[in-house]
Amino acid sequence: MQYLVNVIDDRSESGTAEEAIAIDAFNEKLIAGGHWVFAAGLADPTASTVIDGRGDEPVFTDGPFAEAKEWAAGLWVIEAPDLDVALALMTEGSRACNRRLELRPMLPPPE
Amino acid sequence: MQPPSRAPSDAPSARVSDVRDALTRAHRTEWARVVATLARRFGNLDIAEDAAAEAFATAAEHWPADGVPPAPGAWLTTTATRKAIDRIRRESTRDARHREAMLVYDTETEPLGAIDDDRLRLIFICCHPALAMPARIALTLRLVGGLTVPEIASAFLVQDTTMGARITRAKSKIAASGIPYRVPAAQDLPVRVSGVLAVLFLIFNEGYLASGPDTAPVREELTAEAIRLTRLLRELLPDNGEITGLLGLMLLIEARRRARVSPSGELVPLAEQDRALWDMALIAEGHALVRARLASGLAPGRYQLLAAINAVHTDGDATDWTQVVALYDQLVRIDPSPIVRLSRAIAVGECDGPELGLALIDRVGAELEEYPPFHAARAQLLRRLDRDAETREAYDAAIALAENSAEVAYLKRQRAELGS
Repeated sequence: MQYLVNVIDDRSESGTAEEAIAIDAFNEKLIAGGHWVFAAGLADPTASTVIDGRGDEPVFTDGPFAEAKEWAAGLWVIEAPDLDVALALMTEGSRACNRRLELRPMLPPPE
Repeated sequence: MQPPSRAPSDAPSARVSDVRDALTRAHRTEWARVVATLARRFGNLDIAEDAAAEAFATAAEHWPADGVPPAPGAWLTTTATRKAIDRIRRESTRDARHREAMLVYDTETEPLGAIDDDRLRLIFICCHPALAMPARIALTLRLVGGLTVPEIASAFLVQDTTMGARITRAKSKIAASGIPYRVPAAQDLPVRVSGVLAVLFLIFNEGYLASGPDTAPVREELTAEAIRLTRLLRELLPDNGEITGLLGLMLLIEARRRARVSPSGELVPLAEQDRALWDMALIAEGHALVRARLASGLAPGRYQLLAAINAVHTDGDATDWTQVVALYDQLVRIDPSPIVRLSRAIAVGECDGPELGLALIDRVGAELEEYPPFHAARAQLLRRLDRDAETREAYDAAIALAENSAEVAYLKRQRAELGS
């Protein structure tokens, strides 16, 4: 199954060069093990725009949908057979990016 | 002479009590096995739990009339399996493909000897580190222990609906997050076992030091259940020293239960306990477990050291505090938590005098301000040093924080003896 992994951060653009090197090495390992689906860093949440297209006119609101002390500074989508494998992999991922992570199962695609 | 015969009117009542005993015994020995077998077969804890409960209800209905089957465990597993298949058929009539998928399992032959592993898998899934501790405790008591939701709710002083929701949420997380139904790999086993032991010890402690002003000070159903589950785990993993250690620890604490609370509901400290009330069979079993671990020659873990300390407390006519301090020295090296350092300080106070004990206790003070035994231990030491005003303050702090009714009663009497 697939898991979304959010990288938890509380400071803007706080990544370092050492972290970037460790993350690259970790990503190579994910790819080699067949666990890689997707990964990306995210711009600061102040750059977010909330969109509401449900009405006649679209409404755009500046900022993130929820003000929080912590937010996602990046994400992975990984493929793992079960939670134990995912937890073991992302424990290494947490060490590589030097941040806490939130791991969340993705719903299986409709059959 | 008439041949001796039982009065016919005795027969049914004797049989009813036999059946009731057989049901109780089957529930104790077979519940976890039935749930575990079905969980593997159907890959769904909900179905396993409900079908097991239905099978036991069916047994309660049929056994009194039909008699106890020769192999109650097999009867219960077969009945539960049928109930589960019925439910899957019922629920999947709208979705033929789903039904086919579920019933593929139906024809699968079961590997021999995998049953015990199933119970172990069940224990590890209930105590998975991705679940919150209260959820682990509730799931373990329900799925492995076979306690009902109202029983667990009343043991933890919450509403039935709250406890039911907690268990449902935990099962949903297991299914949605892909927690696997398997015994952890060898390299992960020590950490995962210690996670299971933490759950079992919390269940035991909640029974042993029950919290809440209106509850019984000791809740035997929880201590007994924790011991039973630890025995089961030890049966499944007999070579694990920490499991043996925890079992020994629980038995040596449980052995003193009757002496620990006075008839008036007050806590009785170890030194003042009536040793005639101790359960000598449990003490002998606990001592044997501790000796077996010592004989292994392997470095003891946390629970083995705690068991050894309790073996010293229950050996001879009085505690040999020198040995207790030596064991706490070892424990502090592997677990330097403030609570362990507090226990060591208390032992030093008994061994080398109250000044030394107090000096050590005050060093952990900042971390244990909210912990009632810290203030109670300080009060005892200050009292031995005749520092009355500080003793009163320490008792007051302990009384304000303590949650166990027997502990509060004991502390209040100690405080009252000092006057104001």
